[in-house]
Amino acid sequence: MDQLIYSAEIFLNGLMTGVMYALVALGFVLIYKASGVFNYAQGVLALFAALTLVGIQQGQVPFRHLINAIFGTHLESFGWTLPSVLAILLTAGVMVLLAVLIEKLVLQHLVGQEPIILFMATIGLAYFLEGLGDVMWGADIKTLDVGLPQGISESIESVTAAWFGYGFFIDRLDIWATAIAALLVAALVAFSQYTKQGRAMRAVADDHQAALSVGISLRFIWVMVWSIAGFVALVAGIMWGTKSGVQFSLSLIALKALPVLMLGGFTSIPGAIVGGLIIGVGEKLFEFWIGPLIGGATENWFAYVLALIFLVFRPQGLFGERIIERV
Amino acid sequence: MKTKLTALVAAGMMAAAPAMADLVVPNLSYRTGPYGANGTQYADGFNDYFTLLNERDGGIGGEIVQVPECETAYNTEKGVECYESTKGSGALVYNPLSTGITYQLIPKVSVDKIPLYTPGYGRTSAKNGKVFEWVFNAPANYWDGASGAINYLLAENGGDLNGKKIALVYHNSAYGKEPIRTLQDLAAKHGFSLTEIPVDAPGQEQKSQWLQIRRDKPDYVLIWGWGVMNQAAIQEAANIRFPMENFIGIWWSGSEVDVTPVGAGANGYKALTFHGVGTEYPIYGDLKQYVIDPGKASQGGEHVGSVLYSRGMYAALVISEAIRKAQELAGTSAITATQLRDGFEQLDITPARLEELGLPDFGPEIKMTCDNHGGSGMSRMQQWDAAAGKWNLITEFSEPDQEVLAPLITEDSEAYAKEAGITPRDC
Amino acid sequence: MIYREAGDFKTGYRDDGQTFPIRLDRWGYYAALAVAFGIIPFVINDYWANAVFVPFLIYAIAALGLNILTGYAGQVSLGTGGFMAVGAYAVYKLMTAFPEISVVIHILLAGGITAVVGMLFGLPSLRIKGFYLAVATLAAQFFLVWLFNKVPWFYNYSASGQINAPERTVLGWAVTGPATSAAGKYLVCLIFALLLAWVARNLTRGTLGRKWMAIRDMDIAAEIIGVNPLTAKLSAFAVSSFFIGVAGALLFAVYLGAAEVGEAFGINKSFLVLFMIIIGGLGSIFGSFAGAAFMVLLPVLLKNVLVGSFGWPTDLAAHFELMIVGALIVFFLIVEPHGLARLWALAKEKLRLWPFPH
Repeated sequence: MDQLIYSAEIFLNGLMTGVMYALVALGFVLIYKASGVFNYAQGVLALFAALTLVGIQQGQVPFRHLINAIFGTHLESFGWTLPSVLAILLTAGVMVLLAVLIEKLVLQHLVGQEPIILFMATIGLAYFLEGLGDVMWGADIKTLDVGLPQGISESIESVTAAWFGYGFFIDRLDIWATAIAALLVAALVAFSQYTKQGRAMRAVADDHQAALSVGISLRFIWVMVWSIAGFVALVAGIMWGTKSGVQFSLSLIALKALPVLMLGGFTSIPGAIVGGLIIGVGEKLFEFWIGPLIGGATENWFAYVLALIFLVFRPQGLFGERIIERV
Repeated sequence: MKTKLTALVAAGMMAAAPAMADLVVPNLSYRTGPYGANGTQYADGFNDYFTLLNERDGGIGGEIVQVPECETAYNTEKGVECYESTKGSGALVYNPLSTGITYQLIPKVSVDKIPLYTPGYGRTSAKNGKVFEWVFNAPANYWDGASGAINYLLAENGGDLNGKKIALVYHNSAYGKEPIRTLQDLAAKHGFSLTEIPVDAPGQEQKSQWLQIRRDKPDYVLIWGWGVMNQAAIQEAANIRFPMENFIGIWWSGSEVDVTPVGAGANGYKALTFHGVGTEYPIYGDLKQYVIDPGKASQGGEHVGSVLYSRGMYAALVISEAIRKAQELAGTSAITATQLRDGFEQLDITPARLEELGLPDFGPEIKMTCDNHGGSGMSRMQQWDAAAGKWNLITEFSEPDQEVLAPLITEDSEAYAKEAGITPRDC
Repeated sequence: MIYREAGDFKTGYRDDGQTFPIRLDRWGYYAALAVAFGIIPFVINDYWANAVFVPFLIYAIAALGLNILTGYAGQVSLGTGGFMAVGAYAVYKLMTAFPEISVVIHILLAGGITAVVGMLFGLPSLRIKGFYLAVATLAAQFFLVWLFNKVPWFYNYSASGQINAPERTVLGWAVTGPATSAAGKYLVCLIFALLLAWVARNLTRGTLGRKWMAIRDMDIAAEIIGVNPLTAKLSAFAVSSFFIGVAGALLFAVYLGAAEVGEAFGINKSFLVLFMIIIGGLGSIFGSFAGAAFMVLLPVLLKNVLVGSFGWPTDLAAHFELMIVGALIVFFLIVEPHGLARLWALAKEKLRLWPFPH
């Protein structure tokens, strides 16, 4: 009985963790869908966004290490602390600028290349942004606080304690993340269904040539998609940054999102969510049930093996488009 | 054209070598990568202490100390490259601040005959100087730390840990696995039960581990973490409202960067240490006068007085004292690496000497001999005060349980000697 | 002017199909070999061996292996690090279990063991394609690393899980262990790299290589003209893993001497080798060497220039190094998506006409 209650707690926590994974996976899906680019830099985008947010909010001088090293000055900060909302908006602006630059400097020159070349280009981009983030804001660990609550939700604990005799642990940050993710997905769906730009985006995703021939500007759509992906990265960066501080390892969450993508399919937004939930729950339950028997720390590989097993039966992922090949 | 390019490349490949006459102590640091935030502070402390010696005393024994820095990014291959590129310039001693790089360098330094000083990390059994002639890990190693933490808990519980549950949350790597065997032996001796909970690097997602701790309700949790894993663990511990005073970290899990992101929730968290912390030591007056104010501090002196900065400074202090001892023994100020080895083996840093250096009661007494390269293994406990934002030392230096540790060290070092074909020397 | 093929007559199919059809290339190749064997071993020191030549040769072998799988057979793999770990741990177990047998045989056996493991993880490739396969090979990467970290048998129950290479000799020369001379390390890696490059060259221009390329270009079409995808894909995984396993064994035993699986064979290794083959050129033997040289030399060069010559703080230099490497990768992909091998071929094409282009 105890095991069952514990499993239920772990199940719930797995769902919440899955939402956090899905947040990262969403950015991948958006870009892949609209441009066929498998954007490895998504994780670094999240790191870069979070670094920029902290930097702007706390008024740090960008490139201060560089400036200090060259001119021998002692710049530290502008001495302001911006309200969270303003800082988030400014950071979103930076992400849009970044999207424009990426399109202009990188993607535009790689139109029509093979997918693997585009993939490699995003890895190059990931390296570049990682270095840039460090040079701009420094490599120390930063605390991100935009006013999201953290810690155990006491109401859930007391309710479950009354029901089962064991209070469940649910992190309030996770509840917020779930709500925000739901909002984000709803907004994305509404945007792509009901706005002109959204429809144009779907048209591009469907067929580049056809979209071009009805007068849709591919470049504009790409900038838009990268901006949206940048914004999604910002949201993911805020969540993960609040959870464990903003520093280098934040970019590694991309590795957690890859099995989610495999499972959900590279082209499906609902797939990213469902995939995230399955991975989150699966890895937590596996660690709980099987982990102790084989020594624990299974989470890193289990997600991949789970996705692999799924793929053997459904090579395009759960919600991916059916692959039809012709000679 | 092609030859020019080749020449340019060749010139670029050769690292710039410092002048041969000075004492060279390379600083294999890491300021980038997953552990960059921790490595930066340590490297700053290490640099600043030598800068102070150079500026105030004109070096050691009249010889200026060069500290060429080389970035390893906590990566073993880059570590090897750094080692090779600096050893040609007459490097006296290496301190790579990475257990992985240490393991890499142990066989190399024995061939090149350069001392390796790994305070508080690296290979524990290097304490046995009969086998590891060139490696020194005083004042304390991981097993000393494990025993020190258990001793502290023993004292807290009136000498009896029977039936207590202790969980070890560890970085799933060579570093994190080090204390397991010691803790298992101690568990058998004192009758507590030990749960081992691995966390894979980097470790920012530890929900499963802490849900397990919440279910099992261990009396105490020990942590062997590094980098983001520390903050994530302390955050999760705060989230599940695990009593912070029962949560003890090894010295690598007890710096400001680990606790400040968690805020007030981290209040009361404890960690081992083998040196003092804060700027309330006389030496900081000199440091301010000679290093910080003239703008010579490493990276602008942002981290002066932090735990990791102090640790870097302490490592530099021990090295400089060993150099002094070696100069005294050799009767010359321009010592070689082999002479420095002798200096380490006869090193004796007494409390009086620490006071002279402007750091009274900063570290334990270090006394090394030919067969004991690890000193006394003494450590003390510090506790985080979140409101004041500082670490407070809460115990005096105390000895670990050598009765358990000594046989383990003998066993492990002899296994290494056999594997590497080393005949232990006589001391 | 000098680079001419006039007067270089081919009188048989054999001459026509040789690896270096132009005489000057052939001479260049022999000259490079002569320098590699006749001069470098006598002038090499520890720094050049450990920072430049040995890693370059080892990564060239790994890049050759991955190039067979990705460049020739079209199966993108991100499991390279995991397979290198298999080679490293296999050679460690063999070296410690059978100390009397030559280490060269151990290294080859380690390659064989890796080939078997590689085939096992190659099985999903029959169903899964493209990026899905790339991500699926990550399962191999993470699982293998976890396995070697978790099961004490693999690291002979040492306290920390580190493995150390004991000293072994070949013909009386130490090739592993701390006492190995720079020349010894260099020569053993050089011989392996050359032999394996020769094998790779001859495999890829034979029947097997043609089958792989048919699968790469379009697997359904290849199946229809009679290429068995099962044997073609699995043989590509096997051969590729053999190379990568040998590279892993050399990396651990000869180069590093001690290793910890998560650190030495992590996901970064997989990406690094993938970079090498893309920058060097997919489906090219020369490209594997060029890519490995580029990725090994560039960081060392940048570091020495930025820190050594300009005196920058090491952290700024390291951050800039990341930015420069990233920017160069993007730049190369934009300028020449087919890599250094293609640039080299274009340069040769130009040289043949120089100074009188049409």
